[in-house]
Amino acid sequence: MSRPVHGVIAEFDSPTALVEAARAVREKGYRKLDAYSPFPIEELTDALHLHHNKLPLIVLLGGIVGGISGYLLQYFITVLYYPINIGGRPLHSWPAYIIITFECTILFAALAAVLGLLGLCGLPMPYHPVFNVPRFALASRNRFFLCIEATDPLFDLEQTAGFLKTLEPREVSEVAD
Amino acid sequence: MADELQVTDQPAPEKIIASGYTFGSITDQISTVVLTRKTPVFWMAGFGLGLVLLLLFLLAVGMLLVKGTGIWGLRTPVMWGFAITNFVWWIGIGHAGTLISAILLLLNQQWRNSINRFAEAMTLFAVACAGMFPLLHLGRPWLFYWLFPYPNTMGIEPNFRSPLVWDVFAVSTYATVSLLFWYVGLMPDLATLRDRAGNPVARFVYGLMAMGWRGSAKHWSVYETASLLLAGIATPLVLSVHTVVSFDFTIGIVPGWHSTFFPPYFVAGAIYSGFAMVLALAIPLRSVYGLKGLITDKHLDNSAKVMLATGLIVGYAYALEAFTGWYSGNVYEHAATVNRMTGPYGVQYWFLVLCNIVAPNFLWIRKIRRTPWLLFVWSLIVLVGMWLERYVIIVGSLATDNLVSSWRVFQATRWDWATYLGTIGLFLFLFFLFIRMLPMISIFEVRTLLPQAKVEEERG
Repeated sequence: MSRPVHGVIAEFDSPTALVEAARAVREKGYRKLDAYSPFPIEELTDALHLHHNKLPLIVLLGGIVGGISGYLLQYFITVLYYPINIGGRPLHSWPAYIIITFECTILFAALAAVLGLLGLCGLPMPYHPVFNVPRFALASRNRFFLCIEATDPLFDLEQTAGFLKTLEPREVSEVAD
Repeated sequence: MADELQVTDQPAPEKIIASGYTFGSITDQISTVVLTRKTPVFWMAGFGLGLVLLLLFLLAVGMLLVKGTGIWGLRTPVMWGFAITNFVWWIGIGHAGTLISAILLLLNQQWRNSINRFAEAMTLFAVACAGMFPLLHLGRPWLFYWLFPYPNTMGIEPNFRSPLVWDVFAVSTYATVSLLFWYVGLMPDLATLRDRAGNPVARFVYGLMAMGWRGSAKHWSVYETASLLLAGIATPLVLSVHTVVSFDFTIGIVPGWHSTFFPPYFVAGAIYSGFAMVLALAIPLRSVYGLKGLITDKHLDNSAKVMLATGLIVGYAYALEAFTGWYSGNVYEHAATVNRMTGPYGVQYWFLVLCNIVAPNFLWIRKIRRTPWLLFVWSLIVLVGMWLERYVIIVGSLATDNLVSSWRVFQATRWDWATYLGTIGLFLFLFFLFIRMLPMISIFEVRTLLPQAKVEEERG
């Protein structure tokens, strides 16, 4: 290994070709893979076994935290911190708290969803080795890429590139690190 | 039997977008509007109009800050006047954007993919315009933060039992969530613009905003989950926001306000006026930018159908409102209903009946739904009708409240009109900036509509 290499990337024309290639590569035993496409492809998620992520749990926790804090905020202020007796009505007037509790649940859940999305994707990430491939700019237009990363135990620059070439890509290129 | 052809009775559904598009041509068509095409005269005119009206708004706000809310026609008992009418009108318009982006996503209505982006932008800007009114109506808008509970040396806190405080939470949550949803939807398209921009400054700015999005399958899988969850979160939110807005009225005991059917009635009205705004924006835009292949007649037809359906709900609500006034046996409710139809605001009432009950029924006719310019006219009628509805509810009910000696007919001043037209300017200004700087149609979602986006499974 003279130059540091991130991996080898193959470029495909259609989502079908990408999904078939991803399946073939998985079958060959490669695991450190990533695919790049201009729109989400459900079959690709299956092919790369990516179905489970923690986002729903994060959003649930965000919602629960939001709801509890919204309720406690109102309870604290109307009962403990700034109690006002109006015609002997109860200070803990929970029906009136429903709206703000609900809105805080929504707000925190939405913030958790967006921050969770960024966190799980590791964004913002201004630099990534795949951007070194000149044709990769087309990944946001009309081309589909499959990358086998150098950290994979089976990775061998020559052999892996040779194997990718058998999958009928448009082009196979090295990704400089 | 695997190679046997499937026989279905259903006719092939009408295509959502025109045929003949490729991933590349969709990308180019939408992104060139922002990146390379010459700015059309239409844009200059629309932006110019927006700018002029925005300056009028700044003048009106300046006058307001110097002289106080008395420059508006606010006199006891009509202390809400134009300000709250406009607030409800604008926030209602915003609702269609969230409906399109969230509810239609959950219902898997794929036609939404080509109109959701600008509809969400419309939501954001409409909420911004809506927010101006309660803020300015405070009288001392620079103290707006008193509305939020925060530790302060005055030793006072907001009243959480008041619908006005609920409104603060509902509208600020709505604005925040709409912005987040919109931004998340934009990320992949910002990456497209980054990769296609020739100008280094544009590339840098789009790159910064795209946060390094690279379309990785790992990211897409989380992204899809996030979109669904955000849609699931935004759906109850959008229904709650106009419900809370209607609580501003229903919790009060003013005759004509104090009724339980306001929440669904307001939500339907909001979606009704919002779709009218979507049509009023989409019809000129698709002509000027040549996007008729992406925003097709089918989109207009579907939006018109939603408008018709919600318009019928609104019409039903009017009927029910009149019925309740009579059936309640309450002398004040009865008087308020009669007064609404025959009193000082009778003209506005019958005009809104024309706009909101009679006009939408013409949308049963396919020819009107399929003729863009007619639909454009219809959407303007609906927007006017919905404004009048809020005006009649708010001003009409307040002007003749429970105490006869305090009755007074509201007279809008030129500053009322200047502020109202000014927010239309603010809306146009922001909206035209948006279509110049960001892709007005979601590029990646339209790509998924193409037949070649489907993965063909090998038959085995």
